[in-house]
Amino acid sequence: MQVATGKSILNGIAIGPLRIYKKKETETAVTSSLTPEEEYARFDEARVKAQEQLGALYDKALDEVGEDNAAIFEIHQMMLDDDDYLDAVKGILDTQGATAEYAVSTTGENFSAAFAAMEDEYMRARAADVKDISRRVVNVLLGQDDEEMMADQPAILVADDLTPSETVQLDKSKLLGFITRHGSSNSHTAILARTMNIPALVGVDFQDDWDGKLAVIDGYNHCVYIEPAQELLSAMEEKRANDLKQEALLQSLKKKPNVTLDGKEIKVYANIGNAGDVGLVLQNDAQGIGLFRSEFIYLDSQDYPSEDQQFMLYKRVVETMAGKKVIIRTLDIGADKQADYFELDKEENPALGYRAIRICLTRKEVFKTQLRAILRASAFGTVSIMFPMIISVREVRDAKEILEECRAELQERGVAMGNVEIGIMVETPAAVMMADELAEEVEFFSLGTNDLTQYTLAIDRQNPKLDNFYDSHHPAVLRMIRHTIEAGHRHGCWVGICGELGADQTLTETFLRYGVDELSVSPASILPLRKIIRSLDLSKESQD
Amino acid sequence: MKQFTYTITDPVGIHARPAGMLAKAAKALDSTVTISKADGSKSAAATKLMAVMGLGVKTGETITFTIEGGDEEASAAAMEQFCKDNM
Repeated sequence: MQVATGKSILNGIAIGPLRIYKKKETETAVTSSLTPEEEYARFDEARVKAQEQLGALYDKALDEVGEDNAAIFEIHQMMLDDDDYLDAVKGILDTQGATAEYAVSTTGENFSAAFAAMEDEYMRARAADVKDISRRVVNVLLGQDDEEMMADQPAILVADDLTPSETVQLDKSKLLGFITRHGSSNSHTAILARTMNIPALVGVDFQDDWDGKLAVIDGYNHCVYIEPAQELLSAMEEKRANDLKQEALLQSLKKKPNVTLDGKEIKVYANIGNAGDVGLVLQNDAQGIGLFRSEFIYLDSQDYPSEDQQFMLYKRVVETMAGKKVIIRTLDIGADKQADYFELDKEENPALGYRAIRICLTRKEVFKTQLRAILRASAFGTVSIMFPMIISVREVRDAKEILEECRAELQERGVAMGNVEIGIMVETPAAVMMADELAEEVEFFSLGTNDLTQYTLAIDRQNPKLDNFYDSHHPAVLRMIRHTIEAGHRHGCWVGICGELGADQTLTETFLRYGVDELSVSPASILPLRKIIRSLDLSKESQD
Repeated sequence: MKQFTYTITDPVGIHARPAGMLAKAAKALDSTVTISKADGSKSAAATKLMAVMGLGVKTGETITFTIEGGDEEASAAAMEQFCKDNM
């Protein structure tokens, strides 16, 4: 077995034989026996024909991948109208007595090199677009088509590079996935692959002798296995079967409400750990983001991230969610999550130590930077703020006061802000016991069951010796949850669960009977949970 | 001659699609439209798709539009509206 790595552009598994595709080297004559005017007329005719082809591709892409993604072919058409491009071709024809083929491919190389030299990653990726249109014109001039890329059997396509037009032209019924040596995860080809839901790896240094061999693209781990061992192959087949199940579930449940047979509707939101997860959130049809773990911004950074940096990130998530609720949990660092520049002391008992809101309330400027960034992002959608690790009413009042200070500062700066709902994580036994008082201060509770379980049972879940004592369904924890939901409701708060227990399907009915309003789970758990909710009937006696 | 400045809000800057739309919109006008970077280092005719992309204008960057010839008033208004809608 051989393993090669690359950059995955879609989380998915593809299993099948590899097929290496080599573009035909086009031999073009350099010098022409025609006049420059005649060559230009040949070029112009080919150019118009290429634009017609692009028009047809646009229509095909419109059907398959939607207007936004089809737009690239419109751009390609326009590139072939570009004055500078036309002038460059004409210049070569006039001064070098060259063939139209030579003039076009040279112009393509020159323009593509100019883009490739640009600073911006996005613009560098445009080099492929210029090459693509030039190749298309040359093919028309030579009266040839590119070789049929796909064999008769379904296969994983392997190529040095794929242009957007090649990607759209591929026969989807035979394309299991693709691997390219070049290309960036930002290219139009990558975007199209994502939209078409095809597992793909770019930047793979493949070898010619791979042709025909069985391989697995593991998009989750950014690698491809050539002639995988039986054990690995079985594991991958299982993973793929799971993906397909998820996909089928998605098709059957997409856009359906999370409502029980007797008509109780509950919200199912997604937990995310970074801005890139938003794609998964939408793909799995979440109604909102119930837990946006903001600490990744700090953990990925070498120094305190600025207000602007954070604002851009929050804004991007909020805008992408387009009006759906985004609950941002303020910085929850400390304990097992450490960033060097915070210079936190080593602690004997970090889970009970200096972390989360305790850091925020004592390092006020760090906290305020984040709150201002969140408030600014709130102008672009529906944002809620949630404070972690709360044990007392005083902490909530202090945090709210700081939030108001930030709001006033921004108002002074004339910055637009939206309405922001305020809530707390309920993840300490203290917060559960104080739930009635705390509910007076906020608009929602979100139960963090991982910490709540650890603190309630006094069991460290990292310690395998304690497995025999650990019970994730311990009645003490369930009573805590029930108490919190009831206390919240008495004071007009909605109550959700964002910890691991929220995704525990054996407890979904129990939680619904407690009256929970929202469950926030990992994106992959949303649809299975929706399926369970839609099968429950709370008007009937519980079967337990 | 008329001039105005505009600050790009699109997170990717002037990428292929808005550049293509800009070229199309500028071609429809009877004036010549030139855009230039704030530091004056580079400029391009708005009708030239690849030259505009070649400016590499990023989000947050302010660019200057210069409109010459034809109905400058109307062309400037059309370009400003285009910016607000698309970039």
